[in-house]
Amino acid sequence: MALDYSKKVMDHFINPRNVGEIPDADGVGEAGNPKCGDIMKIYLKVNPDTKVIDDVKFKTFGCASAIASSSMATEMIKGRTVEDAWNLTNSAVAEALDGLPPIKMHCSVLAEEAIHEALNDYRAKHGMEIIPVEHHED
Amino acid sequence: MFVYLDHTATTPTSPEVMKAMMPYFGEIFGNPSSVYSFSRKSREAIEKARNQVAASLNADPSEIFFTGSGTEADNWALKGTLEKAKISGKNHLITTKIEHHAILHTAEYLHKVEGVDVTYLPVNSEGFVSVEDVKNAITDKTALVSVMFANNEVGTIEPVKEIGALCREHKIPFHTDAVQAAAHLKIDVKAMNIDMLSMSAHKMYGPKGVGALYLRRGLHPENFIHGGAQEHKHRASTENIAGIVGFGEAMEILQGRLEEDKALNSARRDRLISGILERIPHAKLNGATGDNRLPNNINFSFIGVEGETLLLDLDAKGISASTGSACSSESLDPSHVLLALGLKHEMAHGSLRFTIGRLTTDEQIDYVLEVLPEIVSRRREMSPLWEDYIKSQA
Ligand code: FES
Repeated sequence: MALDYSKKVMDHFINPRNVGEIPDADGVGEAGNPKCGDIMKIYLKVNPDTKVIDDVKFKTFGCASAIASSSMATEMIKGRTVEDAWNLTNSAVAEALDGLPPIKMHCSVLAEEAIHEALNDYRAKHGMEIIPVEHHED
Repeated sequence: MFVYLDHTATTPTSPEVMKAMMPYFGEIFGNPSSVYSFSRKSREAIEKARNQVAASLNADPSEIFFTGSGTEADNWALKGTLEKAKISGKNHLITTKIEHHAILHTAEYLHKVEGVDVTYLPVNSEGFVSVEDVKNAITDKTALVSVMFANNEVGTIEPVKEIGALCREHKIPFHTDAVQAAAHLKIDVKAMNIDMLSMSAHKMYGPKGVGALYLRRGLHPENFIHGGAQEHKHRASTENIAGIVGFGEAMEILQGRLEEDKALNSARRDRLISGILERIPHAKLNGATGDNRLPNNINFSFIGVEGETLLLDLDAKGISASTGSACSSESLDPSHVLLALGLKHEMAHGSLRFTIGRLTTDEQIDYVLEVLPEIVSRRREMSPLWEDYIKSQA
């Protein structure tokens, strides 16, 4: 299938930001894509006093759109508080990438879900209430 | 550097072929169906091409029918045969799980609309259909057996001659989709017991938009395209004369260099295969080896990476290739061929196909071997699946 990705998608795909792991992460989340079987893993380092996400890393097995979404999403939550970071939506990620082909929107959902899982992992470990993760297609 | 390694998708029309086609766009434009002497030249051109194609297959020219594509030839063979067979109460089609969509989707259509029973034969891990399985699937309702000559994704060459012989024994027509095979292998329809065979010109350095169906004398499937009396009343439409001329020319040129090309391509193929196996850990070759594989096909799975990302990374280096990954298909399903070979979803995900041809050089093979290991290892580094896989191996 021929895909014409935006320049931003290609940039984040060719040079993804925040790739890797955080060994002593405060929150780890993983999401899988029921559609095509891809996996995304997110690691968070949170400042204990300010609750600000100081560092975030990801590992993704998936298409260019999934990798670019992971990269962009991690950029977007870095420096935000754990509360605020929850509000990041996949459509905001897609928009920041100057759009994704319709068939590839679900790849950005993966990023949103993995971040939610990581935030919930952090919340659980810090006595905060778990927020139910809503699954959606695009 | 532009490195085109997708010759199975299509090939460039060769300059000699284009030269032969040119007069038929302008100068010799007469409608072959017209009565006046001017149009005779158009008729003659078509008959010459028919002879060229027939000679290449050891068929009679009256057994060659030009179509708009290989896909059309497949549609015609299946629909025409099954529709005709209704009269005699036969409604069973035998085919395989690894056919091209031109066959599979036509079979699904026949099942849905005509109530045809379809048996999809499995293949083994190298992609071979078993003759025994064909035999066991035959019933007194079987109207047609259709097994591809060679697979487009993994290059496995099927035992068509044996399947053809079996079908002869049971008096069941045997069709083979030879769209890929005809571009690389010597085909003798008589010696190979083939009753119907589909071909396409653009896979063999001819133009796009023209194909052919070989129909053994005595077989009369229903027509597929209805209208005028072209192609001996079997395929309506004003003939694509330039395209047909190009097809004939391409086919004749191909026959003259078949053995030479085969030797050169297989040597490069095997060098690329062993080079990848040497340089990239945990790489798996998909399909058969040696003479049982199309001389131009290389198909690998790299666990831990996704194919679309490999294609884009390769594209950034000027290399054109193809993948069977779910992420790169419209349906988000992985390649049905790789799944039929027994590959797990994640292995189909990480598949990469290179198909070499006349544009390929030894330098290009070296170049791929130089850049690919780096691309695969970089993408593996960012993959959680690779991490898990490596841990599980430790
Ligand atoms: S991750 Fe499979 S389509 Fe994007």
